[in-house]
Amino acid sequence: MATLFQGVGAATAFSASKSLDSSKFQLPSRRFLSERNASFLVVRSDGRVVPRSNARARRAEQLITNAVATKPDSSAASTASKPGHELLLFEALREGLEEEMDRDPQVCVMGEDVGHYGGSYKVTKDLAEKYGDLRVLDTPIAENSFTGMGIGAAMTGLRPIIEGMNMGFLLLAFNQISNNCGMLHYTSGGQFKIPVVIRGPGGVGRQLGAEHSQRLESYFQSIPGIQMVACSTPYNAKGLMKAAIRSDNPVILFEHVLLYNLKERIPDEEYICSLEEAEMVRPGEHVTILTYSRMRYHVMQAAKTLVNKGYDPEVIDIRSLKPFDLYTIGNSVKKTHRVLIVEECMRTGGIGASLTAAITENFHDYLDAPIVCLSSQDVPTPYAGTLEEWTVVQPLQIVTAVEKLCQ
Amino acid sequence: MALSYLASSSSRSNLLKPLSAALSCTPSFRRPISSAADDTRTLTIETSIPFTAHQCEPPSRSVDTTPKELLTFFRDMATMRRMEIAADSLYKAKLIRGFCHLYDGQEAVAVGMETAITKKDSIITAYRDHCIFLSRGGTLLEIFSELMGRQGGCSKGKGGSMHFYKKEAGFYGGHGIVGAQVPLGVGLAFAQKYSKDGTVAFALYGDGAANQGQLFEALNIAALWDLPAILVCENNHYGMGTAEWRAAKSPAYYKRGDYVPGLKVDGMDVLAVKQACKFAKEHALKNGPLILEMDTYRYHGHSMSDPGSTYRTRDEISGVRQERDPVERVRKLLLSHDLATEKELKDMEKEIRKEVDVAIAQAKESPMPEPYELFTNVYVKGLGVEAFGPDRKEVRALLP
Repeated sequence: MATLFQGVGAATAFSASKSLDSSKFQLPSRRFLSERNASFLVVRSDGRVVPRSNARARRAEQLITNAVATKPDSSAASTASKPGHELLLFEALREGLEEEMDRDPQVCVMGEDVGHYGGSYKVTKDLAEKYGDLRVLDTPIAENSFTGMGIGAAMTGLRPIIEGMNMGFLLLAFNQISNNCGMLHYTSGGQFKIPVVIRGPGGVGRQLGAEHSQRLESYFQSIPGIQMVACSTPYNAKGLMKAAIRSDNPVILFEHVLLYNLKERIPDEEYICSLEEAEMVRPGEHVTILTYSRMRYHVMQAAKTLVNKGYDPEVIDIRSLKPFDLYTIGNSVKKTHRVLIVEECMRTGGIGASLTAAITENFHDYLDAPIVCLSSQDVPTPYAGTLEEWTVVQPLQIVTAVEKLCQ
Repeated sequence: MALSYLASSSSRSNLLKPLSAALSCTPSFRRPISSAADDTRTLTIETSIPFTAHQCEPPSRSVDTTPKELLTFFRDMATMRRMEIAADSLYKAKLIRGFCHLYDGQEAVAVGMETAITKKDSIITAYRDHCIFLSRGGTLLEIFSELMGRQGGCSKGKGGSMHFYKKEAGFYGGHGIVGAQVPLGVGLAFAQKYSKDGTVAFALYGDGAANQGQLFEALNIAALWDLPAILVCENNHYGMGTAEWRAAKSPAYYKRGDYVPGLKVDGMDVLAVKQACKFAKEHALKNGPLILEMDTYRYHGHSMSDPGSTYRTRDEISGVRQERDPVERVRKLLLSHDLATEKELKDMEKEIRKEVDVAIAQAKESPMPEPYELFTNVYVKGLGVEAFGPDRKEVRALLP
């Protein structure tokens, strides 16, 4: 992959590590994720090259202060040369997918309408013309069997990406995902690995009705053997997609219907996001707000109001839903002593509930107040617009919660 | 194992070959079993009944085989039979726990299929998998260790009776949920088509699973893309306690594929199974999927918790045992073609019994898995974390 990095305006730190990054980019990909001390290079969008050789040596990343779904993101690039290119989230997913398919001929995509139609959210647009019908496979509407088919193919060494047109449809394939995908590596004593990526949009959209607005992270989180990640920006969408494809474990990548048209400037160079790390969106002192997917944007909107009111929230996008990045979260809790979880998942048994339990178990002594968890209501998503708004957490509720927490 | 025994004897007695060839034209001579074991002249034997076909031309009833192959059949099937009966007693002695689904009566399907294919072809089946694992190259020790939950088992003791796998030999399990292995089998065929290596995938299921929706979804997919998948319905006429006529409107499982051709085979005749599988492999590589219905029978109940006599009569079971038993059929063939004597076959069975007993004794002595194995193999790379049990003291493991 071309690593031509525009040197104009780049920080001096870059030139010092120039020899380092060119060799790092040549590394076989498995190395990036094989050690706990994830040794991969993250090229931040402001042009700095940060060698991430040790999790403990991590620095706070550049924050994106006005990353709200309604406004185009403009602060992501701050160097004069404006490296990288701007694109929408679904295009970022497609880029990641295309790069991985170029890199490894074992990678293939299967799902409904991914081939000739180009994908119902255009994530696989034009890929079928480029790679052929077998690598970008249009399946009939039979989730149970094509998910099973993908898993069977993965047992032999293929790396399929199974797309559910909506995460809710994957409920039909739950048996395959739970029993065969998650457990086969264990029940075979390590003989088979299942390197599938199961991805699709979920979450509450714009009046799509109850069955098409499901938050299913909670249903899958107990399955042993799988990893779950949720992407929220074009940058981490591409990074997580690539990392998920390269991972030897089955990964479920949760996208959100309303985030597909987010625009951001991402680097030209190849990069991967770690599957097990959380993203520090905004460092702060008073309260830790943990969130993921679309709620990140509601939180950032609320953060603006909070900053005006004099609070300093620390916002972390947890990204990795299974396993939780308790290292980042723990450090944050030790700093702020107050936690607010804002999620779109169901209240009962959701990601927030698990996260509350995990934080209480591990960091109880550091908490000054009980953990507050704002999640979507335990109701099927209604059709009416006003009711649908009240199903998910709104920025106003986040502000109120923080104010109460910080009293 | 049986096959290695015969292979070594063939290399030793190459000198005897011209001698035995001279003798072969005088079938009234009783030849010793060891020379018959090397004999590779072709015998043509007819199957018990002709094949019934749906949407395709059935293969011929006459099957070519050799004395060596027939002896292998006998030895393999007798080993399987002995193994399953030994597993029965081990279960009653509470050394095997949980579910134990025995395959005795159906051995011909496993042995016949294996003869017709290579180790590069894939087989996937449901939970009645002990004998297929054996025919794919598993050892008796691995089987008994896994059944008793020891770490020497094929899945390190973590799978159990329903989860036998052997990746190097193309055996993909071993699955507990009825019917879920059929889409996996179609996935294996998809990967074979993707890598264009000229192999096929056999997905076995039972008459109970034949009514699962995912099977028809998988059939549609396989037929749509001409995947080299062969779906084999091992029809033993009972889905646990429900007879086939009570569960399926149309018990002609080989026809249920509709647009997919099908073949009905006498699953108790190992030569018929061999012929059908050979035909199926050629067909699948050219024309896409095929359904094989193996008309077979299980003597035990569905599993060890099922006596097997509440939904069928003892007369029926003993009737099948007398008339259609696969091991007996091969024994009669060997005797009638003067390839072995009664005594030699009985000695072979005694030898097999001893082999099985030795394996069981060895497996009984073998260790249980270590406590930290609880956490290994959940993920491929364990994320470098330290995992521990609820009390955080006794069970600890550092994952890779």
